[in-house]
Amino acid sequence: MLSIILLSVSGLANLFLGFLRSNRLILPVVLLVLLAVLAVNVAGIDTNALAGWNQSPYFNGMLTFDRYAQVFTAVMALTALLLLPFSQKYVQEGNPNLAEFYSLLLFSLVGAIMMVSYNNVLILFLGIETLSIAMYVLAGSDKGNLRSNEAALKYFLMGSFATGILLFGIALLYGATGTFDLAQMGVKARALPLADAAMAPMLYIGILLMLIGIGFKISAAPFHFWTPDVYEGAPTVFTGFMSTIVKTAGIAGFFKLLMIAFGGDTTGFWLPTLTAMLVLTLLIGNVGAVAQQNAKRMLAYSSISHAGYLLLALVSLKSGALSANAIFFYSLAYSIATVAAFAVLKLVLDQRGRDDYEGLNGLAKTNPLLALAMTVSMLSLAGIPLTGGFFGKFYLFSAAAEQGYIGLVIFAVVMSAIGIYYYLRPIMAMYMRPAVEGAEEPVAVTSLQSTVLIVLIGLTLLLGLVPGIVEGVLNA
Amino acid sequence: MLTALLLIWPVAAALLLHFVRGNAARALAFGASLVELALAVFVAIQFQTGSQPQFEINQPWLQSAGINFHIGIDGLSLLMVLLTAFLVPLILLASFRHDYENPSVFYALVLFMQTGLIGVFVAMDAFVFYFFWEVALIPIYFLAGVWGGERRVQVTLKFFIYTVVGSLLMLAGFVYLYYMTGANGGARSSDLAAFYNLTLSTQEQSWVFLLIFAAFAIKMPLFPLHSWQPDTYSEAPAPATMLLSGIMLKMGIYGTLRWLMPIVPKGMSVHIPWIMVLAVIGIIYGALIAIRQRDMKRLIAFSSLSHVGLMIAGMFSLTAVGLQGTVIQMLAHGVNVVGMFFIADIIERRTGTRQIPELGGLTRATPLLSVTFLVILLGTVALPLTNGFVGEFLLLMGVYQFNPWLGAVAGLTIIFGAVYLLRMFQRVMLGPDSSFSSVIRDLTGSELAVLVPLILMVFWIGLFPGTFMHISEPAIQKLLVLINR
Repeated sequence: MLSIILLSVSGLANLFLGFLRSNRLILPVVLLVLLAVLAVNVAGIDTNALAGWNQSPYFNGMLTFDRYAQVFTAVMALTALLLLPFSQKYVQEGNPNLAEFYSLLLFSLVGAIMMVSYNNVLILFLGIETLSIAMYVLAGSDKGNLRSNEAALKYFLMGSFATGILLFGIALLYGATGTFDLAQMGVKARALPLADAAMAPMLYIGILLMLIGIGFKISAAPFHFWTPDVYEGAPTVFTGFMSTIVKTAGIAGFFKLLMIAFGGDTTGFWLPTLTAMLVLTLLIGNVGAVAQQNAKRMLAYSSISHAGYLLLALVSLKSGALSANAIFFYSLAYSIATVAAFAVLKLVLDQRGRDDYEGLNGLAKTNPLLALAMTVSMLSLAGIPLTGGFFGKFYLFSAAAEQGYIGLVIFAVVMSAIGIYYYLRPIMAMYMRPAVEGAEEPVAVTSLQSTVLIVLIGLTLLLGLVPGIVEGVLNA
Repeated sequence: MLTALLLIWPVAAALLLHFVRGNAARALAFGASLVELALAVFVAIQFQTGSQPQFEINQPWLQSAGINFHIGIDGLSLLMVLLTAFLVPLILLASFRHDYENPSVFYALVLFMQTGLIGVFVAMDAFVFYFFWEVALIPIYFLAGVWGGERRVQVTLKFFIYTVVGSLLMLAGFVYLYYMTGANGGARSSDLAAFYNLTLSTQEQSWVFLLIFAAFAIKMPLFPLHSWQPDTYSEAPAPATMLLSGIMLKMGIYGTLRWLMPIVPKGMSVHIPWIMVLAVIGIIYGALIAIRQRDMKRLIAFSSLSHVGLMIAGMFSLTAVGLQGTVIQMLAHGVNVVGMFFIADIIERRTGTRQIPELGGLTRATPLLSVTFLVILLGTVALPLTNGFVGEFLLLMGVYQFNPWLGAVAGLTIIFGAVYLLRMFQRVMLGPDSSFSSVIRDLTGSELAVLVPLILMVFWIGLFPGTFMHISEPAIQKLLVLINR
């Protein structure tokens, strides 16, 4: 709760900072707030015990800040903290809407936190909406750019439909079980198919509609069609935000929903659907990424494929703590790697004005640090050892193997083999091809950004060399 | 502790290289690799003959999953570590004549690669092994891809994808074994010893064998998985080619000896017949193609394919002589192929070509080069008294014990080897004079410094193979016990 309060208050305060003449104060303030949120969650201060005025969890148990919520909040705060230094271009240009952007980012983070700490399906819905509405605006924040406008419109239209479907699902579930509370819904849902056969279809349709709604948010196939266009059109920093924080929140919330409300006997009903989604997502994500010529679109498809890998943990729900741990580790490693990739792309795009592979040509000569960060990030996304991505995949695959999904694991392994091809392409461009004409100048990087890039490289390697350091944080 | 030092030292030196520029970088790298060699020799002196791994370190890595960072050195590992530590300084020295762009990065990658290679040879846990297996791949990818020839980008992409697909299959095999260690309710473990204790059905073993062997067969390479090899060898810069052919190729053979034969012996026996046939096909195929090559580097690459075929065949004969022969031949081949590629590089640098028909009559102006070339070449041809003879003789005995007919066909490797190698020598060094015959310079001091140790090793292994066989003997005996259990 402390995180939500901190972020909301600073988000509001930020709006007023916008009235000041100087915009330079805003980013440091935002970074400090994120650092505070990270510290609060890592230290585990933000527990239910803070709700002294009421010994039960917040709002009659609608929100709970258990270890699960804290850990994922920490992952998202860390991601935002590492991503935002790359939004500096807006500061320098004296953008009049700067304060609004940061406020919206903070608000969407509040939504993301609600999505991992909810105990009540209504809060989940509120969280998704708080997150999404902010993202619709941010996707279109580059107002002069046609593609940015297109991205915002597409994202908004398709997103509203998905929200409607989600809400419809929640309504049906309420009708079938008579409660919004996650735990009670689970008890009712388990008993319903036997107790009242006439009501059971309502429950089933409700679950299906929720799968679709959340599937859209995490860009799982076949609800992924918005992803490449929106990712490409939106300003790169917000694309990075979408593919890391939104995905982490979506998957973590999804896992909680399935685990508590639809675990047990109802699993047999939705599992085939989810498995089909997984297979399709992996296939479309990886095969789609191969065909791309634009690095940002490639990352969009790659983010679809990573949603597919993460779905492995949901399908193997019965592994319980193992699955939760796998999601945590994978989201962390994936977020760090993705932030680095988008950060480099953003810097290159600002200077060279292009975000296709050729724009990266010769980067190793002009900016060794950027090239190294991109390389480590790509290797991590591809799941090569030495990087965190390897152990992320290892955890996910073992969670699935634990439940006997050998076929799925083999399929996922084959898909990661395809992944290696397209993750190598930026590396080849940066190291093995000379810069295109007119792009021989080094890309400008501030010292803060360099530091953050070094931190990103370090974290990825750290997770790859000593994955034990974050072992068991979910169990404490 | 010593084992960890062997692993950490090259990386530490590689990181230090970041702070130096230009020629200082290669001097520092060379110095660091000499220290590594001294360390390896020290380990060899401290080593007590026996089948148990020594200098072990066993620390939890992923505690909850039962994965430990377990490294140690037994006789087999020791020989491979010595080979790596012996060759890397020579390879670095051999590259002194080249002016590579960004030398500090170049040499850092070579040292980084050394850590990966040594890690593969000392790993005692499947995930540690897999980890270093991939770690060794990344630097060589950049070495070949950034500093290579014209077609480097496509060639290295092919090489990378080939190897990574293989290693993913291997990983799948390891994960399966890892799950099976917990099959009867116990804790899971990916330790080598735990894998040795597994009792799997022949059917399961057969599948696991195929998965893991895929990675090794690509690395060796076994015909018909070799198509990345000649391209990569000829496009990569000389030091990378030497690393690939001299050491990295041995990863596949070493892996088979350590991680395949003792773990899934029953599953392996199902597949031995066709592997033997493929290996022998590889011998003949490599030799026939080598005869027709005009490019020296490609000729050596195909000759290597042919010789590796014999190593594979001898290894899978599963006889004591065949396995000992494999170990000795791994050392001998490492020494010889590095020497051959270095000489090809010397000639190419002086004449600007490595096309055999354009060369000829070089010997008059270069007595030293001719002699060293001939010695290393005869080692490769397996003339008695040289290192190649000991290894190939044992290997052929092994294959002969397995099947006399296959042994007879495999014996052709020596005859063919003599044909294409001596022909190459004749056309490059002897023969009618070419435009280079009078202007070519003889060996310089630093080149001699590379070739003399190699030649000493040719004779050492050839005359006193017992020194090395003695080290690996207990490990081979243990291996045979595990295979025949």
